[in-house]
Amino acid sequence: MSAPALEARGLMKQFGALLATDNVSFTIQAGARHALIGPNGAGKTTLINLLTGVVEPTEGQVLLQDRNVTALSSSQRVRLGLSRTFQINQLFPHLTPAESLGLAISERNGSGADFWRVAGTRPAIVAEIEELLTRFGLEGEMDQPTRKLPYGKQRLLEIALALATRPRVLLLDEPAAGVPEEERQDILAALSALPADVAILLIEHDMDLVFTFATRISVLVAGRLLTEGEPEEIAADERVRAVYLGEDAG
Amino acid sequence: MSATQPTAATRRLEAHLHRRARWRWPEIIFWVAVLTTIVAIPSRAALINEILIAGLFALSLDLILGLTGIVSLGQAAFFGLGAYAAAILASKGFSDPTLGLLFGAAVAAVLGLATAPLLLRGGDLTRLMVTLGVSLMLGELANRNGWLTGGADGLNFSMGKVLGLFPIGFAGQRNAALYSFAVLFILFAFARRLAQSPFGLALAAIRENRLRAGALGIATSRRIVAIYTVSAAYAGAAGALLAETTQIVSLDLFDFHRSADVMLMLIIGGAGYLYGGIIGAAVFIVLRDVISAATPEYWEFWIGALLVALVLIGRERIHDFAVRAASSLAPKAAREDAA
Amino acid sequence: MLTILFDGVAYGMLLFVLASGLSVTLGLMNFINLAHGAFAMVGGYVTALLMNRAGVPFLVTLPAAFLIPAILGVVLERTLYRRLYGASPLDQVLFTIGLVLMAMPIADFFLGDEPQQVNLPAWLSGSMTVHGVGISLYRLFIVAVCGVIAALLQIFLVRTRFGAQLRAAVDDTRVADGLGINVDRIFAVAFAVGSGLAGLGGALAADVVGGIDPSFPVKFLVTFLIVVTIGGANGILGALFGALLLGVLDVAGKYYIPSVGGFIIYAVMVVTLVLRPQGLFARGDGR
Repeated sequence: MSAPALEARGLMKQFGALLATDNVSFTIQAGARHALIGPNGAGKTTLINLLTGVVEPTEGQVLLQDRNVTALSSSQRVRLGLSRTFQINQLFPHLTPAESLGLAISERNGSGADFWRVAGTRPAIVAEIEELLTRFGLEGEMDQPTRKLPYGKQRLLEIALALATRPRVLLLDEPAAGVPEEERQDILAALSALPADVAILLIEHDMDLVFTFATRISVLVAGRLLTEGEPEEIAADERVRAVYLGEDAG
Repeated sequence: MSATQPTAATRRLEAHLHRRARWRWPEIIFWVAVLTTIVAIPSRAALINEILIAGLFALSLDLILGLTGIVSLGQAAFFGLGAYAAAILASKGFSDPTLGLLFGAAVAAVLGLATAPLLLRGGDLTRLMVTLGVSLMLGELANRNGWLTGGADGLNFSMGKVLGLFPIGFAGQRNAALYSFAVLFILFAFARRLAQSPFGLALAAIRENRLRAGALGIATSRRIVAIYTVSAAYAGAAGALLAETTQIVSLDLFDFHRSADVMLMLIIGGAGYLYGGIIGAAVFIVLRDVISAATPEYWEFWIGALLVALVLIGRERIHDFAVRAASSLAPKAAREDAA
Repeated sequence: MLTILFDGVAYGMLLFVLASGLSVTLGLMNFINLAHGAFAMVGGYVTALLMNRAGVPFLVTLPAAFLIPAILGVVLERTLYRRLYGASPLDQVLFTIGLVLMAMPIADFFLGDEPQQVNLPAWLSGSMTVHGVGISLYRLFIVAVCGVIAALLQIFLVRTRFGAQLRAAVDDTRVADGLGINVDRIFAVAFAVGSGLAGLGGALAADVVGGIDPSFPVKFLVTFLIVVTIGGANGILGALFGALLLGVLDVAGKYYIPSVGGFIIYAVMVVTLVLRPQGLFARGDGR
């Protein structure tokens, strides 16, 4: 059996008196469609920050393809194939989608430090930018500064940027957050169109999205993993209902 | 490679990505105009020289502040260091201006490389104070080591001819201006190229959203150190030019005043598009001369008022206004320049 | 040598009073006010002018040296400063530099560029010898007055209700607002007190620095910033520590190692910032 794409071993994070993450362990295989749910304040974002290296764990390890990356910085983990999106859009307001994507692609294929060539003259990069723009429906806005895009399109760019790094593991932090009803379909479509070999961990509150998308679901409550299983099991689990689904009838 | 024709979308994408690659006619006119002014009005050569040098100094700040978003109140450190390095070299008998220029830039770059790591942690205020602190330290060192720097009295030195052909001393002020112009233009062209490269785009990303830049795999610390070193070299070159063309160096080159002035020039001209430093320097210096002639002590007041007004109106709003104004004058060029 | 130490302490206490206002605006509102020195200049001028032109005794001028800059502070805060509370640090720096650049020529225009001297009353001039240590009477006065001010500030912050509200607003402005604390009013009062203290400091400093002239705000800007940097913007004790450290280092340094001079101060600041860039400006020193 091949190494899991992503593994957490006994992750713990203490902020002073607050135990935000309590002995969390799980594995995610290549190509997985895994969702993480839990009530507000359960520590989902802290967990993502631990996995991506934004925050150092008090204890425990993070492994990428069996390689211990716990001591590595965020950008180092990105180069090893772990990317994420942010709950609140983290984009480049004055750069255009085309430029932003081109930037990510250049970094990935090693020409990021090139200070002489004009950016965007390599045909391969241009082709890849175009492919990503089309895949996410952004070709109409490709040359607008990001700050002028409607929120839904910005959210799509948020995902496209992470994908431009060709990750092996992609962590999506509430991709549908704040997206108006009409534009949710676009997000759903984009998620379904993600490459099959990328392992995806989705954090979401939108239960429609979760149950449509995920083949496995983990439940996080007060920093601990309550349970993990297939969608039908989770939906039927009494404890999960009590803690979470029961209150959120959507 | 497939033999299909590029689609309309591809062409639009390529046009967009390459929009700033070519030198557009307003830029060409700008540089020709500057050159013409030097040649046509030799009596103002000293003033123009001062503007060009200040413009290069402001350009160095634009590389870190406008392009990368690093605030600094200590550019004077590199400016003064470059000036003194060139002057000291000349006073020891090596009076070739090009050598002095390279030496000044190199010494400043070394200081930039050494102090860049100090910028990486902490926020904007920390950076302001650290850069200010370094330039003040340098000023004190220069002051206390008169055996090297001549202290408050300054140094005695004379310059040889540029490329062995063009004297730039007191009698050769027009040559001095042309020399400064040549250096400025070459360095500007390189900076322009750098800003459009993937490296430059990464710097813009660091400015726009450092968190996300890191999340895309950009080694932000290394890029910042690199551009800070380049910026230091540019400032050092400006300082060396000043020393060589005026044959004066003084301790006030390290003053807080200098760092504040260059920041004002850049802000007045507009940060981030590389021409702002030169334009701002011209406006600042011309205003200073005009207002000083009328009310010598109070020109500071008007500059202060200008600054307050700029901030209250909002630099972003002014930028948007300027872009709209430019687009009504040169529609095609502006259309290509969407952002 | 003890005389030097004492002089250093006196200078440090003076710097504390001068810089405490800057520390408060920085720590409380995350606002970089480079024009702080202008308020000190105003206070110095108030004392000098009242004494020289109206014959008002030195001690009597001191409350005025506090009040007038304080009132000026409130007016400026309400009209100009508050528009920039959320602005980027760069904008704040530019704005306040602009204000200082405007303030200095105004002073020059009305009062000329000759330093206005403050002539100390006879009972404060001269020095006395205590156990063989020469102690300047005026420096002693400064230490006493500034010490009292420091103590009052500390008591005020820790013991009074307003002080508690101030500390709450410093800790988390949004939460404090949600608790019904009038954060707006607190900012205004803090700014006023800070400016007033700067003015008082300026009045006290006039004799020590050789008179008040229009370039005072810029001459001492860097010093104030260093005090706040080293001591931190976290409270009275931090600012006091920073000021004392700076005062002693500066005076002793200039006396014992004149060849190094101000270098020590700047080096200490840079080293402090390198070692503790976050810890010094605890709240929201952004990115």
